[in-house]
Amino acid sequence: MTTGDLIALLPLVLVGLTAVTVMLSIAVRRRHGLAAGVAAGGLAAAFASLWPAAAYVPRQITPLVVVDPFGLFFIGLIVAATFAVVILSHGYLARQAEPPEELYVLLPTAALGAAAIVVSSHFISFFLGLEVLSVALYGLIAYLTTRERSIEAGFKYLVLAASSAAVMLFGLALIYARLGTMEFGRMTALLTTRADFYDPLLLGGLVLVLTGLGFKLAVVPFHMWTPDVYEGAPAPVAAFVATVSKGAVLGLMVRYFRESPAGGGPVFLVFTIVAVASMFAGNLLALLQNNVKRILGYSSIAHLGYILVAFQAGGAMGAQAVTFYLVAYFVTMLGAFGVVSVMSDGTRDADRLDDYRGLFWQRPLLAGVFTAMLLSLAGIPLTAGFLGKFYIVAAGASSGTWGLLMVLVVTSTIGLFYYLRIVVALYATGRAGAPDAARPRAVPAGSGLVLAALTVLLIWLGVYPVALLAAIKTIFVGLI
Amino acid sequence: MILLWLVLIPLLGGVAAWTAAQRRPLAARWIALAAIALDFGLALLIWIGHAGRVGLASQGGWLVEFDHAWLPAFGIRFHLALDGLSLLMVLLTCFLGVMAVLASWTEIQDRVGFFHFNLLWILSGILAVFLAVDLFLFYFAWELMLVPMYFLIAIWGHEHRVYAAIKFFLFTQLSGLLMLVAILALYVVHHEVTGVYTFEYGALLHTPMPDGTAMLIMLGFFVAFAVKLPMFPLHTWLPDAHTEAPTAGSVILAGLLLKTGAYGLIRFVIPLFPHAAMSFSPIAMTLGAIGILYGAVLAFGQTDLKRLVAYTSVSHLGFVLLGIFSWNGLALQGAVLTMICHGISTGALFIIAGALQERMHTRAIDRMGGLWATVPRLSGAALFFALASLGLPGLGDFVGEFLVLLGTYQVSIALAAVAVVGILGATFYALRLVQRVFHGPNPHGWSLADLAPRELVMMGLMMASLVWLGLYPRPVIETFAPAMTHLEEVVMPVVPPEGRP
Repeated sequence: MTTGDLIALLPLVLVGLTAVTVMLSIAVRRRHGLAAGVAAGGLAAAFASLWPAAAYVPRQITPLVVVDPFGLFFIGLIVAATFAVVILSHGYLARQAEPPEELYVLLPTAALGAAAIVVSSHFISFFLGLEVLSVALYGLIAYLTTRERSIEAGFKYLVLAASSAAVMLFGLALIYARLGTMEFGRMTALLTTRADFYDPLLLGGLVLVLTGLGFKLAVVPFHMWTPDVYEGAPAPVAAFVATVSKGAVLGLMVRYFRESPAGGGPVFLVFTIVAVASMFAGNLLALLQNNVKRILGYSSIAHLGYILVAFQAGGAMGAQAVTFYLVAYFVTMLGAFGVVSVMSDGTRDADRLDDYRGLFWQRPLLAGVFTAMLLSLAGIPLTAGFLGKFYIVAAGASSGTWGLLMVLVVTSTIGLFYYLRIVVALYATGRAGAPDAARPRAVPAGSGLVLAALTVLLIWLGVYPVALLAAIKTIFVGLI
Repeated sequence: MILLWLVLIPLLGGVAAWTAAQRRPLAARWIALAAIALDFGLALLIWIGHAGRVGLASQGGWLVEFDHAWLPAFGIRFHLALDGLSLLMVLLTCFLGVMAVLASWTEIQDRVGFFHFNLLWILSGILAVFLAVDLFLFYFAWELMLVPMYFLIAIWGHEHRVYAAIKFFLFTQLSGLLMLVAILALYVVHHEVTGVYTFEYGALLHTPMPDGTAMLIMLGFFVAFAVKLPMFPLHTWLPDAHTEAPTAGSVILAGLLLKTGAYGLIRFVIPLFPHAAMSFSPIAMTLGAIGILYGAVLAFGQTDLKRLVAYTSVSHLGFVLLGIFSWNGLALQGAVLTMICHGISTGALFIIAGALQERMHTRAIDRMGGLWATVPRLSGAALFFALASLGLPGLGDFVGEFLVLLGTYQVSIALAAVAVVGILGATFYALRLVQRVFHGPNPHGWSLADLAPRELVMMGLMMASLVWLGLYPRPVIETFAPAMTHLEEVVMPVVPPEGRP
């Protein structure tokens, strides 16, 4: 391994080091601010190291890892999102009874796993990354040990993630048995050239792998865990589950499924069915919820369905649309769960609609941020979600997948309804105008800054994202 | 630049009003009034500056333009442009904007700052809709005006405000998304033919495409505009939204938002898809004629004052639809004039309904009666606008609807006959309104305050403009005529005369 290889891997190394440093710092001195500060600093350093790393890419480092602009972009996204989650957690955990420091070990560890997934080019590195991510998530989701829901959610995730990992491993084994390679690049090359696509062993293996991926993406029919986990997990962790763990898997899929033409082969038929089912189920089931975190959970299922529409479109435009939408989705989901974290206290998370009733008249800025995030989820102009949706429809239109687009139009209108329910509560007047006295009054400074930054990003992405569009265009140039 | 300012001033004014209201609510009202009056002034300046020269359209037919790169990756430009048609719509927007601010002067007492913020942002969105000639920008503005309108209805509306607001939002959003798909389909088709990705209106005109494709894309646009218009049977959001909205909201909904639908049909649907629109026109015209009758009949049966006025909108906008799809000089002139006059007369009726509600705390016609004795000035104004609405010769609405009838007659005698019956219906509901509310005995013993000077000024201005439009509409017609001629020329070479209905 050369120096260049090491520099290219620097972001990953720094994220890993962050986890270790936080652990050591806890051993020396147990202080909440210190642990959060070290974690945030390490992640910031990892983010900064993207620029030196960019000078040494693209390169294949051992058969396991490929670092290229695309991978670095996704690592940047993951690291930045984790940074935001760390800051939000600091404000959130200050109100909890649990010792908070260990969370800052688990978060960078999970981020390391996620980052490893996006740069993996081999079954082994992919699976390692996936397991590092999952194991860290078990701890994160069940972090608040005094809350039953949190424990329940952790166990649910543990059981389901472990079994889906096993299923996927079996699928990988089947593919290996047929193709004789564990490298993704050679695997996709063989898949596109081989005529015997319907070979049962291969097809079975692919379906099992897709099951595993689908579980991580929480798309229908692998979505059952989502609402419970989102409800039970601490709000910042829910933000992490909704963004980072999905983004990493999606990054890998864009990298390797990007070239396959739309509608080509049974895999894409599966994707179509999954996309349609996710859009319908996510939006329809969200209608039945009264719990804000569950609503956001179902909404994230629907949003992954939208992303799959662009994914289906294929080609350069489809892949770019997926990437752009993912960035918009990251910003929006972090912001939405960020508001929930800020509103939560030591006894329970602010997940009832009533917690938000009339919030605008008490705390206009916070409610304004939440409104912006909800409107972005609904795809209303001036927000990132609007341009993201526009991009997806453009990608769909350019590949002529009209059926999927019509499903998107209909279901996102259904979706509008439950976003508006929250907005109605935020702006409710008259009866019960004053929110519950138990709700915390002050927004922690760090969380406030993160929310402000996310809101600025949201509007920038919705109005003038020229720089991001250019960046997304370049990362697909020379994608290995 | 001036076009950019037209859009920006209300946006900035909205923020300023909101901030100022923290200390003094009255300041918010004055800021809002000043902002929209300034816009009105700018629009008047453009009008006067181009008086007599509107015929000399520069390239593309625009009087004023503002063009700036926005998202080059998609070929999106921030392109605003103005011709005679948009100029009149802009003037109407600013005029009714002033009226809307004035109408809320005493009605809105809580959360004054946020109210005026929303009000001005809606107006800005509407102005951008009338000015945008980049389809992406158009869609952007189209969606943008929804959110503040939703807030206006949901926060300051009447009893069933949340229901009405959500219904309004869902209807327009669904149809809007269909339009988005249609816009992007056009964008892709254009790229396939020319290799250029663009949303530029001028470039997308004359995009060759198969008839079936054109029809589908046209329908995507048409549905969005027909919901806004509203066309029977897509109108069901309208009575709820109009009834539950605060007065300013009703004025803007009836006076302006509905016009964006009609404007979209004139500006986009027919010029972009002449063939498809022409083969679709019998259906559209029939639906328009049904709307005229249906609106009139339902208006007649209403017991809620605002609901009654709301249904008259369905009827009047049926004339507009009929006129647009007749697509000949007379009918189009009539349609545009009807758009303007309907905006003023219906806006005024909503202001009167709002004034009554503010004084009586009810909109139920049954609980009114004999009000003439106690509020003679208000009653007189109501009579005036009711007569305008029923199409009394000498007032603006008459000219518009008469021209539409003349134009439609050339295309379809049967539909013209049906529309005439609609005018008859208008006589019934308008006279019933005056009869039941203002005449007869006063069984409930109402004793109310008559119009305040502020309200008198508003009524006076609106009456004067209707009389002017009724007696001497030439300046207005001359303003939009060149633009319409231009649009007709866009359509003409494509559709041979015998192919036109």
